[in-house]
Amino acid sequence: MPDVQSTVVEFVNKLRKRKIEGSQATAKCTVELLRSVISYQRVPHANQAAALIDAVKAVGQQLVAANPVELAVGNVVRRVLHIIREEDLSLTTAAMAGLDLLDASDDDDVDNCKGIGYPAMSAAVVAAAARSTLRPPSLQTLLEGTPESATVPYTSSSGADSESKTADKSSLTRKLKHDVIEGVNQLIHEIAGCHEQIAEQAIEHIHQNEVILTLGSSRTVLEFLCAAKEKKRSFRVFVAEGAPRYQGHLLAKELVARGLQTTVITDSAVFAMISRVNMVIIGAHAVMANGGVIGPVGVNMAALAAKKHAVPFVVLAGSHKLCPLYPHNPEVLLNELRSPSELLDFGEFSDCLDSGAGSGSLQVVNPTFDYVPPNLVSLFITDTGGHNPSYMYRLIADYYSADDLVM
Amino acid sequence: MESRRNPRAVVDPKVRQVGFFTSSQPDSSSSQLQQPDPISASASSPPVSTISPSGNSLSPVMIPPPRHNSSDAFPLRNAVVASAVSPSSFSYSSRRDFPDGSTTASPGRHSRGSFVKSSVPVASSLPGIGMDSMAAAKSSSVPASGLTTVSVVTMPPGLSEKASGMEVESDHKKNSKPLKEKTTKAERRAIQEAQRAAKAAAKVDGGKGPAVTSASVASTSAKAARPAKPTSQKNDVAVAAGAAEKKGGPSEKDRKKDAPHPRMQYDDESRVVKAKRRAVVKQTEAKNRVELFRHLPQYEHGTQLPDLETKFFQLDPMHPAVYKVGLQYLSGDISGGNARCIAMLHAFQEVVKDYSTPPEKNLNRDMTAKISSYVSFLIECRPLSISMGNAIRFVKNRIAKLPITLSESEAKAALQSDIERFINDKIIGADTVIVKHAVSKIRDGDVLLTYGSPTAVEMVLLHAHELRKKFRVLVVDSRPKLEGQLLLRRLIKRGINCTYTHINAISYIMHEVTKVFLGASSVLSNGTVYSRVGTACVAMVASAFRVPVLVCCEAYKFHERVQLDSICSNELGDPNAISKVHGREDINYLDGLTNNANLQFLNLMYDATPSDYISMIITDYGMVPPTSVPVIVREYQKEHLLV
Repeated sequence: MPDVQSTVVEFVNKLRKRKIEGSQATAKCTVELLRSVISYQRVPHANQAAALIDAVKAVGQQLVAANPVELAVGNVVRRVLHIIREEDLSLTTAAMAGLDLLDASDDDDVDNCKGIGYPAMSAAVVAAAARSTLRPPSLQTLLEGTPESATVPYTSSSGADSESKTADKSSLTRKLKHDVIEGVNQLIHEIAGCHEQIAEQAIEHIHQNEVILTLGSSRTVLEFLCAAKEKKRSFRVFVAEGAPRYQGHLLAKELVARGLQTTVITDSAVFAMISRVNMVIIGAHAVMANGGVIGPVGVNMAALAAKKHAVPFVVLAGSHKLCPLYPHNPEVLLNELRSPSELLDFGEFSDCLDSGAGSGSLQVVNPTFDYVPPNLVSLFITDTGGHNPSYMYRLIADYYSADDLVM
Repeated sequence: MESRRNPRAVVDPKVRQVGFFTSSQPDSSSSQLQQPDPISASASSPPVSTISPSGNSLSPVMIPPPRHNSSDAFPLRNAVVASAVSPSSFSYSSRRDFPDGSTTASPGRHSRGSFVKSSVPVASSLPGIGMDSMAAAKSSSVPASGLTTVSVVTMPPGLSEKASGMEVESDHKKNSKPLKEKTTKAERRAIQEAQRAAKAAAKVDGGKGPAVTSASVASTSAKAARPAKPTSQKNDVAVAAGAAEKKGGPSEKDRKKDAPHPRMQYDDESRVVKAKRRAVVKQTEAKNRVELFRHLPQYEHGTQLPDLETKFFQLDPMHPAVYKVGLQYLSGDISGGNARCIAMLHAFQEVVKDYSTPPEKNLNRDMTAKISSYVSFLIECRPLSISMGNAIRFVKNRIAKLPITLSESEAKAALQSDIERFINDKIIGADTVIVKHAVSKIRDGDVLLTYGSPTAVEMVLLHAHELRKKFRVLVVDSRPKLEGQLLLRRLIKRGINCTYTHINAISYIMHEVTKVFLGASSVLSNGTVYSRVGTACVAMVASAFRVPVLVCCEAYKFHERVQLDSICSNELGDPNAISKVHGREDINYLDGLTNNANLQFLNLMYDATPSDYISMIITDYGMVPPTSVPVIVREYQKEHLLV
């Protein structure tokens, strides 16, 4: 336990100092950390799921606070919580099924009518719980008045607890934790493999002699383009260099190394070139629930230009980038200002910076991210396939439990 | 259709018939007439100016040239008066294909008289040309026409020359006015059609039946010339010139001559090779080029400068001032539309000052040729901006319009003062007017955004600051030139509060902006603003955020060209400026890849901003919407030609 605590602190510090860059790397680190948190978490006999959830939430809150702009952290924490809830639920339902079998031998008609009696009541609760964990609260659960968010884990686990008092208590305890860790491992695998999943679809979207514009550097985009290249498509890529970080140079280097026809352009030439471009492909930093995209700075400009020229604007996003939150003023609130030294050499302008002697003041703005509203996005390609921006909220609901939206 | 057009149909068919039935090729021939005309005329103009008219009597194409262009007109002055006058009397025919105009003219006056006489019967016996209705009218007017031709001949030679050629159309126009009482519209139109038909016929049967057709033309032209008689004064000439301008024929050619040559397309290999042979600057072409921009020149930068510098003292034909300016363009020491233009004009002033007409040469022609050769040198150094093209057009126009009566020193002085005036009025004066207009749009509390380092906008900001307006400036910059840093420094020095950012962050800062001020390299007549690359992005984002976009641009930078994209004509900068990031040694991903066949760098210099992003263009003629640009272009150019 103490070493888990220290790794958490270490990771929080890394996040705070922005040592980890890229949503995929962050997501991977986060999920690995959470796995160790879960495996070292001592689970009480009663209410194990709640204990796990509390532990994960506590760590998750620290992580999110460390870098609130890196939405992938929050996403992964919510995913893990969701896994815990789901595993717990499936265990409960399995237990219920066993119980139902017992009950059925006792009393058939009671079970059939489901009107009265404890087991039937419990089944209804389980059904409600199943609904509530899988998707946002439905009208039916609201009408039934079951206070699901607080009680469902409790009732289900307590139910399981009470049912399996005798023999399989300890095995069930281990089973939940084991299942959760299994699920988290799957998540790790998924995050690691999202590039391949997305890249597989490349061939369906890129045709011969296509001209593609991209901006900044994204591993997903790189894999996507290379996958199409491997399938013997020949096309041309324009890379906007993405000042002031010049990640475009990095991407161009990788593309050239893989034998793609690459042209590096300045960011200012995006509008000039967009009329000759067939498709804009961008790697997202995060995808919001409304279908808006947070991407590298300059993306909004490219999206507007693409809209003007009716060029499809395609966003590639692994599922860990799907964020269940709705943005408000994301350009400012979900943004981060980097060092001015990337834009101006301090030495050259130091004489201007002291605002005495009648000279004006100088501010330098260097944001990291840009927000693209959903109406400018033509298509999202995630590891589950292509989606419209208007569908993103629904896709996101599959990955997260409604209870975890606010951590 | 019939029922609706009935009243017209009564008059019209006759006229139409004329056009269609005369020549084997119908209307198309008449419309084509406009086209071949200037060409044949231009082909023939040099011989005419030097050789006496009788020399070209054989060829039907060698007609007296349209002397609307003064450069053509002046040499003629030196010719024999009689020969010079004679074509003028055939003012109409001289412009069109009138094969034996010169033939008959050369012997002298009496021969012309005979010619006119001979034309009478022929004209009247021309039903085959479909002039049945016209012929009668014309034959009746023939005696008069005979008179008029003579009367025109008696005009003072200088006047007649100027009036010649050009006033063809105007004559015709003018005569239609006094004739109004006599002839109906249909009749007048019939005359026109007949003339066209006659010309077409003349073309068709070449030397064979020129007498017939020309005769008919002569009669009409004679008729046309009549009203010109009483008003053959100087103002008449001016009016004629103006009128002629309106019509397609001569003004078309005029414009073609004035306008800078069509841009060289660098994907045309044979022409590139030809151009290279002529070139002073031996530029090495960049190897790794973007396919889309093959039509633009792209050279390896920085290789030829030392070589050219050593040539400085050996270069014979080049004027040192021009050479210096050219090298400054090449090295990038002078940049910015106004600065480049002013530097060029100052160099031309030097040229004019040091100019002396070589023996047996004409000042106007020789100097125009000289300027042209200098301009092509400057193009080799760096492609001309549109504003420079306009300035060159102005200079050439002034040279061409120099009155021949001036002595060399007077002409030079006039030219120098003209150039000076252009700089003062059109560039410096225009900027002060723009500043005055633009400052009225700045209010206290404004947050103004500007992109790059436009000189006009800088003046506006500084002036507004002097007026103690309280505002903040956002300077947006972009790679690779980072011109905004220079502007930023200057603004801060003057005490203006500034925020600096790069173009990618434009949508982050656009929320706080209240107005966007942009500069322009040129404004094209479809309202497109051709400017530093990135301007279009800024304007687009601004209009997406509903922020007004104001473009400050002097009217001399307006051009009648239209452009829809930034690809067809543009300028390519040094590609290596992209791979290396100035002052950021950590960005070195692309080192050593510059010669990779798969990797290209595209350094565009300009882009075209669609007019729908522009709220207003501030010029020296006031603040106008982009839709008004063609109007200003028209008005401005008229002024340009006539001043």
